[in-house]
Amino acid sequence: MELKATLSKKFKDFTLEADIAVRADRCGVFGPSGSGKSTLMNLLAGLQRPDHGRIELAGRVLFDAAARIDLPPEERRIGVVFQHSHLFPHLNVRKNLFYGWQRTRASERWLDPESLIQVLDLGHLLTRGVASLSGGERQRVALARTVLSCPRLILMDEPLTGLDEALKYQIIPYLKKVFSEFDIPLLFISHSMQEMRLLTEEVLVFERGRVRESLPAEALARQQLGTGSRGYANLITLRDPRPQGDLWSYRWGGLEFIATDSGNSGDNLFELGAKDITLFKRHPEATSARNLIACRVESLFGEGNRVGVELSCPGGRLVSQIVPDSVRQLELREGTGVTAVIKASALRRLY
Amino acid sequence: MSLLSPQDLQAIWLSAKVACAATLFSAPFGFAAAYLLVFVRLPGKAVLEGLINLPLVLPPVVVGYLLLLLFGQQGGVGPLLDNLGIRVVFTLTGAVIASAVVGFPLLVRALRIGMEGIDHHYLQASRTLGARWWDTLFTIILPLSSPALFAGMTLMFARSLGEFGATIILAGNIPGVTQTIPLAIYDYTNTPGGDRMALSLCLVSIVLSFVVLLASEAANRSFKRRVA
Repeated sequence: MELKATLSKKFKDFTLEADIAVRADRCGVFGPSGSGKSTLMNLLAGLQRPDHGRIELAGRVLFDAAARIDLPPEERRIGVVFQHSHLFPHLNVRKNLFYGWQRTRASERWLDPESLIQVLDLGHLLTRGVASLSGGERQRVALARTVLSCPRLILMDEPLTGLDEALKYQIIPYLKKVFSEFDIPLLFISHSMQEMRLLTEEVLVFERGRVRESLPAEALARQQLGTGSRGYANLITLRDPRPQGDLWSYRWGGLEFIATDSGNSGDNLFELGAKDITLFKRHPEATSARNLIACRVESLFGEGNRVGVELSCPGGRLVSQIVPDSVRQLELREGTGVTAVIKASALRRLY
Repeated sequence: MSLLSPQDLQAIWLSAKVACAATLFSAPFGFAAAYLLVFVRLPGKAVLEGLINLPLVLPPVVVGYLLLLLFGQQGGVGPLLDNLGIRVVFTLTGAVIASAVVGFPLLVRALRIGMEGIDHHYLQASRTLGARWWDTLFTIILPLSSPALFAGMTLMFARSLGEFGATIILAGNIPGVTQTIPLAIYDYTNTPGGDRMALSLCLVSIVLSFVVLLASEAANRSFKRRVA
């Protein structure tokens, strides 16, 4: 994707002045509500008109105030997935899905609808009315409807915000699958750090109508370690659960991980809070925690009264969050060997 | 002896014809007017709205008189239509026009309420999916406002069945030509011994209106079931 946009729009109590240049295929727009994220989406899609500026997508000028170019939404080929799916209530699922497809020139239809319907697991819903769909099904249909219009860029405006946690993590794998199998650039708007890390590579941080900075999602998450109320969470992929008593043992690289949650036979994504990883200088002989991992300090980062310790373990990297006093007491620096102690119940399975 | 004279039957037939023609003729214009009022940013929208609603508050006789001035021989439109061979004053066409003008605000009102209830995101979704504005108009706005359109048409049909004031001035009260049910009743009440005949036409009027109401309710329910 190559999206370049310089936009300004004045509202009564708020001004948007955005200057963005996106190269990543999956880019996030992150910021608190009211920071102008949705306005940005409307301006890019042609649903609102900027006062000044220029929008260029993959070499094509969509808007240029100076040159009086303003393509209507239907000619921009930018697909939008709204927060509330907004499926057409008078059409059934199939007709909703193909609404955009039918309005796309044959020469521009580059994907196979059947395979998309299969990836999103919609086959059994096609003849249903949209009112009978569950929240998760609605969002999957909305996504498929947008993808089927074969856009050059998809904007998603907090598509997971209205859903509860469990549903959200049911949909994320679908989203990942669609965006990896069908090579479509994505601009993903959200105020959820977790969604950013799971779905995007690069993140534009919005603040009061301006882009504050642009950085990888992982870097943003670490930056929030000091300020965010929830702190930093490790996202780790564990494989092949085996029952072990009333717990489950997973493979993580060459290591075993004990967790309380059961999972699927393939990859399972777990969340592990950085503050749930306790560091010991030496191996504690007995502890109630089930996971004791010998690792090495890779780096220290953070600010204020919280320090992030990046650990290199045999299975991968982990980040532990401790306080500066502990760093001094344990004499932690790059290369120090420590034992990370993690309770089985601290691992929370996402999907 | 039958309850209704041949002249009454003719009045009923004419009433149905006038109400149907006025309603069908007005529907596309009412839809366009409601669309303009709800979805299009216009300067002087309040004036347009006022003009559309004026017949609702004006005495029908005034509306009829203004129409007579407009379509008469000295009026702006009368001679023009005359050249095309269309006569309005004292004809069935006049009765249709009178009914259309008087019933129009009811149609637009119902449609407007329906259209205002349509979530703008549906229109935005349709546009970003590649539909042009007229495509969105016919595939999203029209089906989603069809219950309102139907409700408005029913209201207007019922209003046209009862139209009296504007009709009698523009179209006159000519039995067999422009005499609709209300005009026939008016005639009977002015005739000695016409009470019984007036009453039977009143009954017809009540039955007709009731049927229209029932049909409208039934259709509305089936629309709702289909959309839900």
